[in-house]
Formats: sequence, C-alpha cells, structure tokens
Amino acid sequence: MSPADLHSWLIAPFADFSFMRRALVACLALALGAGPVGVFLVLRRMSLIGDTMSHAVLPGAAVGFLIAGLSLPAMSLGGFVAGLAVALLAGLVTRFTQVKEDASFAAFFMISLALGVLIVSLKGSNVDLMHVLFGSILAVDDASLLLVAGVATVSLFTFAVIYRPLVAECFDSGFLRAVGGGGGACHLLFLALVVLNMVAGFQALGTLMAVGLMMLPATAARFWAREVWGLAAVAVLMAMASGLVGLIASYHANLPSGPAIVLTAGLIYLLSLGFGRRGGLITRLTRRRHLGG
Amino acid sequence: MSVMAPRIELDDVTLGYERHPAVHHLCGGFGGGATAVCGPNGGGKSTLLKGVMGLLRPLGGHIKVHGLDRRDIAYLPQQAEIDTDFPISVLDVALLGHWRRVGAFRPLTRALRAQASRALEGVGLGGFEARPIGSLSAGQRQRVLFARVLVADSPVILLDEPFTAIDHRTTTDLLDLVLGWSGEGRTVIAVLHDFEQVRLHFPRTLLLAREAIGWGPTAEVLTAANLATARAMSEAWDDDAHRCERGAA
Repeated sequence: MSPADLHSWLIAPFADFSFMRRALVACLALALGAGPVGVFLVLRRMSLIGDTMSHAVLPGAAVGFLIAGLSLPAMSLGGFVAGLAVALLAGLVTRFTQVKEDASFAAFFMISLALGVLIVSLKGSNVDLMHVLFGSILAVDDASLLLVAGVATVSLFTFAVIYRPLVAECFDSGFLRAVGGGGGACHLLFLALVVLNMVAGFQALGTLMAVGLMMLPATAARFWAREVWGLAAVAVLMAMASGLVGLIASYHANLPSGPAIVLTAGLIYLLSLGFGRRGGLITRLTRRRHLGG
Repeated sequence: MSVMAPRIELDDVTLGYERHPAVHHLCGGFGGGATAVCGPNGGGKSTLLKGVMGLLRPLGGHIKVHGLDRRDIAYLPQQAEIDTDFPISVLDVALLGHWRRVGAFRPLTRALRAQASRALEGVGLGGFEARPIGSLSAGQRQRVLFARVLVADSPVILLDEPFTAIDHRTTTDLLDLVLGWSGEGRTVIAVLHDFEQVRLHFPRTLLLAREAIGWGPTAEVLTAANLATARAMSEAWDDDAHRCERGAA
C-alpha cells in the first residue's frame, strides 16, 4: 500500500469532511470518560447496570424531546435527571428491602424504557425514536461536542478526586466503612458519572451503542493491565481506537457509524480474549503446555 | 513499644439484626492484652465485634470505647469480604492501613510507603510489594491483611476468625504477631475456634452463646461444664429453628 493510498484511507476522510472530524473528536472525548467509568462498573460487578442505565436515560430524553423537539440541552438534561432518578431509586430499594441491586435496577429500567418509548411515540415519528436509540455521530454539532467534551472533563477531574476511596470501596467496602472513608458518597458520585457519560454517549452513539463503548474496552482491558489506573488507561486507548477504526470503516464501507464503532470495540475484546497477556486463551494454553513439557 | 490501652466497656448490650437479638445483655469490659472470644456458631461472636466497631447499633445498652475514636480500631473481618481477583498490588492493600492518617486525599509519603513495606516484611512477604493480590494463596492473602493491621498501628485490634482455613505455617507466624501485639499492651480481641490455641496463648476468654457463659481467665472460662452449657444452648436454638420451620410448613 503506497503512502498515497494510506492517506486516502486514513487521513482523507477526516481532512475532507468536517462532519468526520467532529465525529472523531466526539469519539475521542467519549472514550476519555467512558473508559474509566466502564472499568469501575466492571470492578464493582455492575457490568449490566451500564446497560440498564442507558435505557433509564431514555424517558428523560423523551420528555425533553416532547417539550423542545430535537434539542440537545433539553434532551440531555432530561436524560440526566431520569438516569439519576433511576439510580437513586434502585439504590434506595436495594438498601431498604430484600431486592438485590441488579434486580432493582432491572425493574426500574424496564419501567423507564417503556415510558420512554411511549412518550416518544406520542409525538415523534419512528425516525426520531431511531435517532434517540441509535444516535448519529455523523451529525454531531458544536453543542454536542461541547457537551461530550465537558462530560469528559468533569469525569476525569472527578475520578482524580475520588480515585482512592473509589478503589478502596470496590476492593473492600467493609474496610472503608470501618475507617469511616465515605464510601457511600463515592458510590453516589460514581453513579452520577455513569449517568453523565451515558447522556454524553447517547447523543453521539445512541443509548444502546453508548454502553458498548463503555463496557467492551473495560472488559477487554482486564486481559492487559493489572492495576486499576492501568485498566482505565488501556480502556481509554481501546475506546479511542474503536472510534477511529469504526469511523473509517463506516466511511469506506458505507456502514452505520454507531454499530461500526461498537463492533470494532467488540473485535478488540475478542482479540484480547484470545491473545491477552493476562489470562488470554492463547497465553493459558501455552502455559499449560510448558508445565506439561 | 508500650501503648496505653483504651478500655472498651459493654453496659447491658443487646445486639442483633432486624430486631432479632443475637447477643443478649452483655456486661463487661476489654482492657489491654489478648482476649479470645469462643462459642458455638450463631452465638454472636462476629456480631459482638461489629457492635464494638460501631458497624452495628446496639438494640439495647451501650458500648463505650474510652480514649479512642472507633474508626481507629483495626478490624479484620471474617475472611475479609474482599474481591480476591481485584487488580490491586500487595503494597497498595497494606497502604490502606494508613487510611486514618492520609484519608482520601493526603499524599502517601515515602516514609508511609516504607512503613508499609516493613509491615509486609514483618508478615513474611518482603519483596511481594508489586504482586497483584490475585496471584497469592489464601494464607498469603491473610498475611497481607495482617500487614494492613500492622500498618494501622492501632491500640485496639479486632480479629474475626483470623486463622480459619489458613495453613499451619501461616497460622503460627500470624499468631506470633498477635501475641506480640498483646505483649505491647494493645487490646486484642480475637474470635477463635481452636480451644487448644486459646488455652495456650490467650490469658482471657469470653465464652459467648448469645449470652456470656463465662468471661475471665481462660482456665476458669473454658471448663467442661461451661462448654457443655454453651453446646446445650446452641442445640436449643437449633431445636427452635426446627420447630419454626415445621410451624411455617
């Protein structure tokens, strides 16, 4: 492949089209926030709660849509409020009843999702609903870019501040409680970050795809890094690479961008599963052979 | 090092979960030195430690810890409910022992790190600092948690079944540490099952079967009569449970 080919494959799409540049910047910014959020969700054994939260955001976004049409601030604010409400309600139910955390989250997200679909169908057409569910990273405007970048900034600063107690809380919450380390407050802040990143992601990728960019790199990172900060760094890099490769693939093969990005993340996950340095299948098999020989 | 041991006083304490008492009307105190807490399963041993830690509010009575903030008590829960595959290094776990000094935000200085490394050496894990805890055996993991207790350097140390499912060598090493702590005048309260171990090493014992069957010098507490009483009481709960089940069915 000549340098000219390489240029036309990798650089030209972004050099020639501003919507591709915006999409790429949005992906890179999303990756910065979604990477660490995903890693902590996996560490807290809340992987599926990311999925839950993405659906929980929907009715709020739908209410915003109902009031203001396809308006980013209205839909984002609505989504954030709805997501936070579901997280808090589920948290309260878990705390004060016998219902386990996953079940109570699941219950509220079902209600939330049905409510969201209902509200959207009251006003908009199915095309609008598809937009909310699957987003459109190729139509990212200035306001969306600011939102995504703002969320990434807030997320990284918040993680920097609560990193130590959050890691301690994930690792040994009983210890943190005994020393009065404020694990509950950290957990709440973290849930707020999950919702914020969901809201940022749904505009660009759609509620369904946003979770993919959050969870797949975080899960794949377990095969490469062995400390929490390392996991977060690897997850961010993987999410960024997924965005870049996914966008290029969607441009050349004329694929929808959201699924292309998430499928790239999926491919990275499968490769990590196979070849990962820490517990990847190939590493395991070869190690066993060494022992046998 | 000699520590002025704070005194823990229990005044007619009743502890339990969701209104079901697990420990009734306990009166007494813990001073410096080592006390073993023994008794049948379900007798309230762990519940008592949680009460002293303030993790469980008494249903009745008062637990007073004189001369120490409760959060400064070092506490090793039963096979600590930690994620054994968590991506964290041995050194970082030991460093958690500094929590009351550095909290969430203050820096971990070189001196504090050196102290944690020394604690790891003290539990026989010198050179393990960078290892992820997922690569350790159960015994080594317990050593790391003991290192965390060492780092905390608390005058009061609560241990809940610290030697259960731990290999013999580790038990011997860690027991030496515990005896060292009590020798320094720290207050050590350890939930233990091995009567032999208790008789040999622990001067005082609390025999707990939902109420105190005996509390004092070990030789006077761990008598055949007391142990029979404790056993009879635990069988009585089992009978109760059986009856309740039948009643419910």
